[in-house]
Amino acid sequence: MSTDNTTQPESFGENSRRALTNPLLQRALTIATVKATSARSVAVTHVGPANWEQLRDRAHAIKKHTIENLDFYLEKFAGNVERLGGKVYWAQTADDACKYVAELAQRRGVQEIVKSKSMMSEEIGLNHALEDAGIKPIETDLGEYIVQLANERPSHINMPAIHKTRSDVADLFAEKLGVERTEEIAEMTALARRVLRARFAEAQMGVTGVNYAIADTGTIVLVENEGNIRLTTSLPRIHVAIMGIEKVIPNLQDLDVFLLLLSRSASGQKMCSYVSLLTGARSSQDEEGPDEFHVVLVDNGRVEMLSDKQLRESLYCIRCGACLNVCPVYRKIGGHAYGWVYPGPIGAVLTPQMIGLDRATSLPFASSLCGACGDVCPVKIKLPDMLLHLRQRINDNGHIKTKARKRDRLERLSFKFWAMAMKTSRRYRYVACFGRLVQALIRKRNANGSVSLRVPQWSDTRDFPPLARRSFREQWRDRSH
Amino acid sequence: MKVSIFITCLVDQLYPQVGMAMANLLTRLRVEVTFNEEQTCCGQPAFNSGYHPEARSVAEQMLRLFARELESTDYIVAPSGSCVTMIRKYPELFADNAELKLQAEYVRQRLYELSHFLVEVLGVEDVGSEFEGRVTYHDSCHLLRELGVSRPPRKLINAVRGVEFVELDDAEVCCGFGGTFSVKHPEISAAIAAEKVACIERSRADAVVACDASCLMQIGGMLSRKGSAIRTLHLAELLASPVSK
Repeated sequence: MSTDNTTQPESFGENSRRALTNPLLQRALTIATVKATSARSVAVTHVGPANWEQLRDRAHAIKKHTIENLDFYLEKFAGNVERLGGKVYWAQTADDACKYVAELAQRRGVQEIVKSKSMMSEEIGLNHALEDAGIKPIETDLGEYIVQLANERPSHINMPAIHKTRSDVADLFAEKLGVERTEEIAEMTALARRVLRARFAEAQMGVTGVNYAIADTGTIVLVENEGNIRLTTSLPRIHVAIMGIEKVIPNLQDLDVFLLLLSRSASGQKMCSYVSLLTGARSSQDEEGPDEFHVVLVDNGRVEMLSDKQLRESLYCIRCGACLNVCPVYRKIGGHAYGWVYPGPIGAVLTPQMIGLDRATSLPFASSLCGACGDVCPVKIKLPDMLLHLRQRINDNGHIKTKARKRDRLERLSFKFWAMAMKTSRRYRYVACFGRLVQALIRKRNANGSVSLRVPQWSDTRDFPPLARRSFREQWRDRSH
Repeated sequence: MKVSIFITCLVDQLYPQVGMAMANLLTRLRVEVTFNEEQTCCGQPAFNSGYHPEARSVAEQMLRLFARELESTDYIVAPSGSCVTMIRKYPELFADNAELKLQAEYVRQRLYELSHFLVEVLGVEDVGSEFEGRVTYHDSCHLLRELGVSRPPRKLINAVRGVEFVELDDAEVCCGFGGTFSVKHPEISAAIAAEKVACIERSRADAVVACDASCLMQIGGMLSRKGSAIRTLHLAELLASPVSK
């Protein structure tokens, strides 16, 4: 996990309230998410909605097939990497993965590592582990670099510094890099580039994530816009790629489908500026490239996710971030409110599976179930269904201790009562009658003269209408007689 | 044609005029309307909050009621995309009970949300109503995304005499209600509603129309808190408004 541990999934309520009262964050979130969603819509229109649906179906089918035959494709991929002179390490846990990278660096006398953006490295807390081992990790993606300088955690899957405004970054650069403050974006990026180029020139080891791993050829595929991944994978003499085991796909034809979907879903781009296909370590005929190529295959709970029929599809995710951009909740609270590595709807599904249901009970409820996430997902993950399923699982596990234990018990009781009341129309009518009697106690007059009810958790922010003097069924009865 | 109407609990208790409008409208369109007073709630509040046993116990009696109703009527029609979506999930909810599942699948085929029913089944777009003013439309999430209904309500609104229809910016973005979400996370829910209301205000509409009372409660609650003069109208109310000559 990154060094920013100020938020936790179980303090979701506080986290989100903090986000809602931060006007700069609100502005930054609106600008970035609106831009990304409208660019995506334009891109989908260009492809044609019917073609887009076909691509999504195809991607879903490929993922389904690969995940259901994961052992076969992983072994094939690993075999090919090794045949081409690469090293493969199977890491069962986050610690295993971190330890492998840190020890490798120590053995090779590496003190500084250039890193490209990787959600997997966030998930396993690689930077922290490297620092503990006396190795300095340097993020080279501009957004990640900003987040690292600020000692924070990325707040979006592919726009890590989405929560920062231009002015925030100007302050940060002036403070941390000891330069004169400027808000000129060109100057700021040029500055970051100068600093990072110097690090690239010295670096002995580069660490990247993986977008896709091709089983057939042992190739890893990396997609980016800045070119820093190319440098990370070509300048240092050692390249370590860390990947979740779900990243493998059968062959290069399948890659085509995902390349068509990924950048359009993420940013509306037809194609990202750089798509790198890296196959094996440098051979005697190659003029450049790293001498050593390592692939770390990380399980970290994925095998268990695989065995869970209801939630297995969450392994299909290609980390495009479209579900975040379109989510009305994410748009209002940003990524840090979710309290762990993966935010938004996909985060609300992944986090409970990765850190434990009991440590993330709030997240599956952090959704209005509007379904926009499921609609934009390029691999057709049924996110709303999974959120519903997780809600049920949390309630079915009465032993889970949540922060709001008392309120949960009250809620459970309320639904038991509700179910009894709704079981027959007679009870339903009694409850409604009772409601009409007691509503006099909570009536208030609004500024415009109308009447509303004081309803806890509602009336602080909105007016609640009073119950009608006569229900529909009463009016209907009059009409029929 | 004979239709049994499903009046959702929210409409029954808070917005009975919506139910009456729907009944009057259907009658006007020469549909024979019946209402079974034994109905209560579709079970969605419990289902969406993760209380499936509770949802099932309520849903089961509703399912049996709908199946009985369909012995003597042709369709079930409801003024809500959300509750219709819930009932359409009954086959999945009763997947382990062959008899109920079969019933649920039958009910599912004969169940319609109002605007969908008018345009698809009755083949009507102009119901002959009249409303003076600028009107905009909010797409309710379940109606739009689960039932795929977005054109029928627009066609119906456009055909109302006197209406100047204007599309709402981000019409398909959620209003932030989300059932129990609206009280579990009231601040987030209200912040989302505030965005919706800002779009509505920008449209300079006199009234915002939707096909779900729940969205209208959320949007209306925010408009009312702001002291706005913009009205919220259920589609049924707009369509039942004075018949033009």
